[in-house]
Amino acid sequence: MARTVDDSLFTSDGTALLGSRCDDCGAHTFPRQSGCPRCTGSSMADVPLHREGTLWSFTIQGFRPKTPYQGPDEFEPYGVGYVELPGQLIVEARLTENDPDRLEIGMPVRMEMVPFRTDDAGEPVLTFAFTPVGRS
Amino acid sequence: MTAALAIVGIGIHPFGRTEGVSGRAQAVHAVRAALADAGLRFGDMQFGFGGSWSAGDPDTLVSELGLTSLPFVNVANGCATGGSALLSADAAIRSGTHDLGLVVGFDKHPRGAFNTDPASHGIGAWYGETGLMLTTQFFGLKIQRYLHTHGIGTEVLATIAEKAFRNGALNPNAWRRKEISAAEIAAAPMISHPLTQYMYCSPGEGAVAFVVCRADRARDYCENPVHLSGAALRSRRYGSFEVFSPWLAVDAADSPTVEASAAAFAQAGLTPADVDVAQVQDTESGAELMHMAETGLCEHGAQEELISSGATAITGNLPINTDGGCIANGEPIGASGLRQVYETALQLRGEAGDHQVPGDPRVGFTHVYGAPGISACTVLTR
Ligand SMILES: [Zn+2]
Repeated sequence: MARTVDDSLFTSDGTALLGSRCDDCGAHTFPRQSGCPRCTGSSMADVPLHREGTLWSFTIQGFRPKTPYQGPDEFEPYGVGYVELPGQLIVEARLTENDPDRLEIGMPVRMEMVPFRTDDAGEPVLTFAFTPVGRS
Repeated sequence: MTAALAIVGIGIHPFGRTEGVSGRAQAVHAVRAALADAGLRFGDMQFGFGGSWSAGDPDTLVSELGLTSLPFVNVANGCATGGSALLSADAAIRSGTHDLGLVVGFDKHPRGAFNTDPASHGIGAWYGETGLMLTTQFFGLKIQRYLHTHGIGTEVLATIAEKAFRNGALNPNAWRRKEISAAEIAAAPMISHPLTQYMYCSPGEGAVAFVVCRADRARDYCENPVHLSGAALRSRRYGSFEVFSPWLAVDAADSPTVEASAAAFAQAGLTPADVDVAQVQDTESGAELMHMAETGLCEHGAQEELISSGATAITGNLPINTDGGCIANGEPIGASGLRQVYETALQLRGEAGDHQVPGDPRVGFTHVYGAPGISACTVLTR
């Protein structure tokens, strides 16, 4: 598996986000955490998050963020959204689409791993992003 | 409940950028103005509560103001720092510990968006590295969802900022004192769709101070005291949508604003319908829009009509952010919430000059909201 921005965010095969589910009340979190923010319990189990969901909100990041941002120096606006994963939670993520006219709340989206920057050895570093389903 | 605390002296250092004047010096300026307004000396103060995010420890102001051995407590509570300082003073007076004291908030931030370390919020480094940890972005995401849910168009966002600059132009203590048209605001560079550059406030500088006392002795110091009739601070609940959230719960909960506002009105024995003038957190245009409803000043979805009809203008029947708000004043974190109280005191005293609300206002309301999901509200009366 290629280098990711943080391996602990993903399942071991790198195909899905890894969250936590509360054994007591069923609440989900992302990333994983040891305590439940809903029922205040402390029995949480790892759970892979759905790869498909619907776009809950979106924006376009219009300027290059300051540090600690590590994206390429040459800035291109990028989409950011919240994606509802049914029965689990609403996850924040980069979007592969950066044209607001091509994004719509409620549209189906799917998670994929995308190169986010290049490390010192010239290798790509991957992060997760959601892409509209049914578009090329 | 009867108010315990009255504001008997008010002081401000103009907001904006004051080169060569430290945040502490601005605070001293505001404190001296508040003391002069009350006709008192620093030696009369029995306590102090002060807040600043990045301009120094408030308790060290005593080296300028006077070494009198008074208990001076530093308050640090993010965007609710000023409100928390005022609440602390209210508790000190309500408990009978003290009768008369000082509340001060000040700040001086460098230019540009606030830079936040994910670790200080308990979030992994990846969140900042991949470009998700920006307050500007959060507000874009939040208003986009809100507009969608309540069927409101984006045009109203420019109208809100236009009003802020119009009010700021009338306020000699504001930073932005030039009117900007809604068309120019809408055409400015897009920071975080659908919010443009002129719809956001900027980190800035400024200071505000109050002399406060037992409400039943207010007339000893002042002919026109302003009473803190209600005040409340709340943090977030499970399910609310807050800044720096890698995930949200599917089951939505009310923002902390809703609970803080309701508690402040309940304490005052008043309702939002009683409010004659309101200052609500307008970190950007969308925040004013959302907070109008979350505070109870109007129904969700009713904002568009109120704003476009001019109801929220200084001369309207629900004047909001009459001093230009954060958009025209900038946001020095430690001073911002107290600026709202200062403006409300001016309005209730009838001393707001060109930005005075007509009709002899008697009930004012203030509201701050900020990271990591906190809100402080006050109900002020005379
Ligand atoms: Zn639980």
